[in-house]
This record gives sequence, C-alpha cells and structure tokens, in this order.
Amino acid sequence: MSALLEIREVSKAFGGVQAVSRVTFDVAKGEIVSVIGPNGAGKTTLLNCVSGVFHPEVGHIVLDGEDITRLRSPQIAARGVARTFQNIALFRGMTVVDNLMLGRHLHMRNGVLRSMLYWGPGRREEVAHRKVVEDIVDFLEIEAIRKRPAGSLPYGLQKRVELGRALALHPKVLLLDEPMGGMNIEEKEDMARFILDVNDEWETTIILIEHDMGVVMDISRRVVVLDLGQKIAEGSPAEVKANPLVVKAYLGTKAMA
Amino acid sequence: MVETTLPQYLLRNARTFPRRPALREKEKGIWQEWTWADYLAHVRAIALGLVSLGFQRGDKLALLSDNRPQLYAAMVAAQAVGGVPVPLYQDSIARELQYVIDHADARFVYAEDQEQVDKVLDLKANLPKVERVIYDDPKGMRHYTDPFLMSLERLEAQGRDLDREQPGRFETLVAAGRAEDLALVCYTSGTTGAPKGAMISQSNLVHAIQGILEVEHYAPTDEVLAYLPAAWVGDTFWSLAASLMVGFAVNCPERPETVLENLREIGPHHIVAPPRIWENLVSTVQVKLGDASWVKRRLAGWLMPIGEEVARCRMDKQPLSLRLRLLNAVGEHLVFGPLRDHLGFRRTRYAYTGGAPLGPEIFLFFRAIGINLKQVYGQTEIAVSCVQRDGDVKLGTVGRPFPNVEVRLTEAGELIARGPAMFLGYYKNPEATAATIKDGWLHSGDAAMFDANGHLVVIDRVKDVTALANGTKFAPQFIETKLKFSPYIKEAVAFGLGQDYVAVMINIDMENVGKWAERRQIAYTTYADLAQKPQVYDLIHGEVRRVNRDLPETTRIRKYVLLHKELDPDDDEITRTRKVRRALVARKYAEIVDTLFSDAGTAAVTTVVTYQDGRQATLKTEIRIETVETARDLVPA
Repeated sequence: MSALLEIREVSKAFGGVQAVSRVTFDVAKGEIVSVIGPNGAGKTTLLNCVSGVFHPEVGHIVLDGEDITRLRSPQIAARGVARTFQNIALFRGMTVVDNLMLGRHLHMRNGVLRSMLYWGPGRREEVAHRKVVEDIVDFLEIEAIRKRPAGSLPYGLQKRVELGRALALHPKVLLLDEPMGGMNIEEKEDMARFILDVNDEWETTIILIEHDMGVVMDISRRVVVLDLGQKIAEGSPAEVKANPLVVKAYLGTKAMA
Repeated sequence: MVETTLPQYLLRNARTFPRRPALREKEKGIWQEWTWADYLAHVRAIALGLVSLGFQRGDKLALLSDNRPQLYAAMVAAQAVGGVPVPLYQDSIARELQYVIDHADARFVYAEDQEQVDKVLDLKANLPKVERVIYDDPKGMRHYTDPFLMSLERLEAQGRDLDREQPGRFETLVAAGRAEDLALVCYTSGTTGAPKGAMISQSNLVHAIQGILEVEHYAPTDEVLAYLPAAWVGDTFWSLAASLMVGFAVNCPERPETVLENLREIGPHHIVAPPRIWENLVSTVQVKLGDASWVKRRLAGWLMPIGEEVARCRMDKQPLSLRLRLLNAVGEHLVFGPLRDHLGFRRTRYAYTGGAPLGPEIFLFFRAIGINLKQVYGQTEIAVSCVQRDGDVKLGTVGRPFPNVEVRLTEAGELIARGPAMFLGYYKNPEATAATIKDGWLHSGDAAMFDANGHLVVIDRVKDVTALANGTKFAPQFIETKLKFSPYIKEAVAFGLGQDYVAVMINIDMENVGKWAERRQIAYTTYADLAQKPQVYDLIHGEVRRVNRDLPETTRIRKYVLLHKELDPDDDEITRTRKVRRALVARKYAEIVDTLFSDAGTAAVTTVVTYQDGRQATLKTEIRIETVETARDLVPA
C-alpha cells in the first residue's frame, strides 16, 4: 500500500534545542496512527511541521506524492489537512454553527460582494455549506448546542466542536493534538467513538497525539513513539507496549530491573 | 367500513386527507414531514417486510427507540399484520432488557441505532427467541456483518417487493384486524417486583381515546410533541392512538436534550407530562428569573401572586374583584403571556399532569400564567380514567371519571374501576391478573376518596399509607410532593411507620443547588461533597421548615438527611418513570433510616461501588442528620 503521508528525516530545532530529530515514518490512507511520548518529546512540533506552522530545517513531508515541506499552512489546509489544537482554538463569541461554517471557508467560492446579497449564488452556496455543517452536527450529536456561543460550553463539548470544525474542511488527513486531554472517562469514550466513526464513515486518515494509553491502544492501528525528538519505536499497539525502549522512556531505567 | 383497529384508522386518514402532515421529526436542523400518505407507505413497507421474514398474527415485535416517526410506523406495522408491539425503555440496562424481551417472546427487535443494537447483540446468547434485529440509523455499523442484523431500509425494500408481487395483501391483512386483537404489551416497571406486561387490545385503545374525546376537544389540525418514552403507555395513547383516530400531527424532537427548544418551536395544542417535567419547568423559570434583570424580577415578584390569586378564585368559583381583573390583565401582557410563549405553551388548550401527585404550588404556578393545566388519573391497566373538567378544576383532586369508566371505592377505601378500556390481563402472569382484576373490577391499589363535589382525591398507594406509633395516619407521598416543590430538592422519601415522628431522606437537585453554590462561591467537587456542605444544609433547612408550616402539627418533619447519592433507576432505587421504590430504598439505606430515628447526629454509610471494568470498592462516609425545630419553636413569640 502506498503511503498517503510520508515523513522523511524531519528535523526541527529551536535555538539549541533539537525538538524533532530525523524522524521518519509513513501513514497509509485510512489509518489511525498515534504519536506518543513523554512531555517535550516533540510530538506537537512534529504535527506543526506537517500542518505548516513550522518548516523543518532538514527532511521532507510528502502528501499524496506532492512535497508540502515548504508550503504555508493555508496551502496545506487547501490540500486537505485539518487539525485541532491542544489548547482549544475556537471563536468563543461565535455560535457552534458559525464556528463550523468557518471550517468551510476553504470551500467557499463567492466573493464579499456576492455573499452580501441574499439571493442568487450567495444564498445557494450558504445553503449547501450549511447542509454539510448540519451533517457534522448530526454526526457529532451536538444538536442541542447548535446556537450556543462556543465559549460558554463545557470543555469536553468545546473539544467536540473543534473536531467538528476540522471535519467541516472534509479533510483527507486529520491531525488531532490531544483530543481527549482533560476529559472524564465518559467524554473520552464518546470522543474515541467519534474518532473511530470519522475514520469509518469518511475513510479519513487520522494522526493523533494522546496521553491516555488505554485510548491509544484501543483505537490506533499503529503507534509511533518519540522521545527527546527521536523516534524510538514504531509498530502495532501490542508491539510498542512490549518494546523495552518504550518502557524505559516512560518509566525510567529502574522499572526495567 | 367502521374502523375498529389503529391500522384501519391509518388507512382512513391516508384516504381522506393524504397530504396533511401526520408525523414530523427535526433532523439536520429542519422539521422534516411525513404526510398521512407517507405514513401509510412506510407502514405498508414495514408490515410486508415483516411478513416476508415470517412475522405472523400474534407475534411480538420489541422496540427500543427514541420517539421517531419510524418507531410509530413500526408499531402500527406490527399491528397491521396482527402482531403486537412491545415498546421498551431505551435507557434500560442489559438485565432489564433481557428479562422483558425474553418474557414477551419477541421474535424480532427493532433497535434505533448502534447504541441499542450493541445492547441487544451483547444479550444475543440469552435471547434464544429473537430471530432478527432491525435497525434504523446505520451510523457506526458499516462493519457489522452479523446476519442477525437487518437495516430498516432493507426490510422496507423487501416489503415493497412483496407489495408488487401480491398487491392488496396489505389491505387484506389490515381488514382482518379485529377489535379484540391484542394491540400492545406494555411492561410496567412497578415499584415492587419484576416488570409485568399489561396486555392491551385494539378495543381498549380505541375506547380509551373515545372516552377522552367525549370530554376534551381535539382537532385534526392540532399539533403535539411526542417526547415521553414510548414504553410509557401514555405515549401510545396520545402519539399513536389519539393521533390516528383524530388525525392530528405528532412531532418528534431532534434529540432528547432539545425537547424544551423543540417544544417552543412546535407550540403543541395539548401536552401530557409527568409531575417531574412540570417541576423542572418551574425550577428552570425560577433559576432564569434569578439571573434576569432587576426590573423583570420585580415585575414577576409583583404580578405572579396576582395571577395565583386569580387562579385560586377561579378554582373556588368566586367572582374576581375589579382590582384583580385589572392587575391580571397587566400581568397577562407583561409576565404571563411572554412566559407562556417562552415555554412553548402559547397555543396549548390542554395541559395534563398525571402519574403521580403534583405539588399544589406548581399546579397554581401554571394556572396563574394562564395554562389550562389539569390533573388526570390513570393506570396502564385502564388507560386514563379521570380528568379535571374545564372550568371545574380543584386543587388536590384528579377530577371526575370519563363517561365510559365506572369508578368506585371499596370499603377499605381502595379505588376500583371498570370500563371498555380495562386491559386483558398480564402477559403470562395469571396470578398477578387475578390479584388485579377481581369480579370484573380493576383494583388500583390506590387509596382514594370522593370530595363533596364528587371529585376524586387520590391519597397514596394503599400499602404506603402508614401510621406513626401513636396511631396518627399519614401519607408519605403527600409530604414528599410538598418537599419536591423546592427547586433545590429533587427526590424525597419520608419514613415514620411505627415511629414517634416523621423523618425524611432528601436528594438535592444537583443542577440548581450547584448553581446556587456557584453564585455564593462555595467550592464543591462531587454530588456527595455538595450534599454535605453546611451551607447546603442551611438552604434545605429553610425549605423543610417551609413545608412543615403547611403540614398538620402531628406529622411535621422532625429529622432529615441529605443523601450522599442520587436515587438512580440503574440501581433500582426509582423506576424509569421516577417513582421511588420505597421498600427497597428503606432496606438499602437501613443504617441511615435507623439513625434518623435515633439520637445520633451523623450516620455512617458504606457504599459498594462497581466500576465499569467490574472492580468493586467500598467507600465509607459520614453524613449529617439534621433535626428541625419542634412545633413549639415555630410559633412566633
């Protein structure tokens, strides 16, 4: 199977700190891959490189055969890569539906003038996008909060809305940065189900960073482990769990004895 | 042709007004409509689909679904081929589901979505009689390959194929329906023992609605909202039977969480709700009012008592003074009308409460803002038997019987009734049937009396009316209902049998007490923590004292405790319709109840918690017992 996303020898340094160092792995179409590792292992930096927030000094990132290493983030988004953030980045004063509609902006073709007219193409486009957004509302079961300002929602629901906004892009690749951070068990279970359903329904390729090992082991096809910027292991959840290097990175050397 | 079964009424409606709306559901943010012709088309397809699977007269179809057009279509479809729908509570846990599906001998199960399908699949090994599970919403089930499963879409396609091969088959099946056919098996949770399946015939359903229609006026252009669980027989009466017989439209909410919003959008012409919902609505209004601007609070504070006085005068049939009339008109414009509109009752001609007594304060609140709230009395076994008549509503009564129901009291004060709506008996349970129907009379188990005007007053369950040690009789439910009027109290259980005084176990209302605590910057973590805060005890203390003022001196609440845990239907403590299982609660919390009648100031509680992975842990907590001032202390000096 050819890879949808190839990460080749990617390195990124901030001053003297080597955040990511020569990391290489492939992600096949329709996979769920988890990136795990202790704090400061370089997980978020790696995602930022893929989504174009940072550009790696060395290495290449190839999406669907095209080198996207030097592209800016809007260009990468236009090629079908969407993401959520570790710290929620919603427009707090806007309603949930409006936040999701924003996720459609890449697909909106009308200019300012045309959109201002109620009739004609502006309206048709608005209706078409609203339909997509309503499908996502239905999918994520957030009907009851449709018109609530995003900022007034509990944390777990905000995370769900953020996932919705990323989905509104109809992405090929979805990057999720700690989608379950700070959630209780029930919210985590819901989120895990939504991630699996997204993958199932739209065959979206998903790369996620997550700290909850239970979740990671349950939902990912493959796991990539980073420590101090380097990839130390890669494989199925079971393989990774049994890997001594991984145990060492997480628990320290003493636990090995 | 004279219609005697619900499917026959459906054929009539689809013939006489095919383009009028029959069912609506809000989906993707828009109200999607089924006309009567659409309704019939779906029922026809599902019915013949079931036939193609071998479903026969008398077979049972168990249903697990929220209120959706497809659910109602599936119920009528089962009846159309002479089968019997058995609606189940969709929030039932596995053990309850297994018992009911198996006991009902269901050959097929209709499950709304993945969540419900998963529940049935988990039980598959213990459900030998079930042949097929039919599901509606395929989301998340792309990789389910179990041949046990079948989508509603495919079932309907099979049905349409059969319809093409054998045109007229459906009509023949429907025409074969008889009034005496079993139309529904409705499992009543009951506050004691295992659920019992009440067998209700087509004739029962039709006569029950005819009885109501002799008194109340429903129009084919009316709208109602179907939001109560389909497993509760009332939903079958209003959303299925009455809609089919009268021809009014039934609207299904988008999700259970959006009911209040959808209620406002639809503005139903009649609505049935258990006391719990009315209590919630009052709490919501009170909390919102607390957050409203100063002007609004003052206006409501000034005009609400006027509205209540007017409502009281009208109930007592006393003339209104000019002052009241003027102020009421002001209130109508400034407070009552807007409030009605805000709640979604702008068009409501009839609002009913039933199932359990409703606190008089709550009753008065709705009548004060101009909603025609009326108490009904009924049982699964004999439908709705009494209603308060328009212009003849009195506090504390359940009105008078419908013309086609006979109601009497036994010498022991138990209410008995008979009429054409009386059920056929309990499914596969002749002992329970014999204990309920004696000499052709349905024994309700409710203690009741007729007041001077012939209005029926239900006191409590016969077995629950108890007496203190000194012989003073009291009805626990009466005290509990009064307590539950407080927005801060969610449940209450009163004890006192053979004791010197009445003591109460109270569940605080997490949402409202939580908000109250937030406003006062009281930090709390969990329900148990919040319930034990001294400030919360102070808050509830005030509420208990208020209730005590209205109680006869001999049965005032002497001690109470704020329970560390909410009573939960999953733990069998209350039924899914939120009736407290008194005996079980008394047994389970015996250590607390004992302490309530001792001199101790705290009760030690041990709870066994079962985690999701099956591990168990024992938690030990101390909870505070509070004593209320004696009657003498309450008299102002």
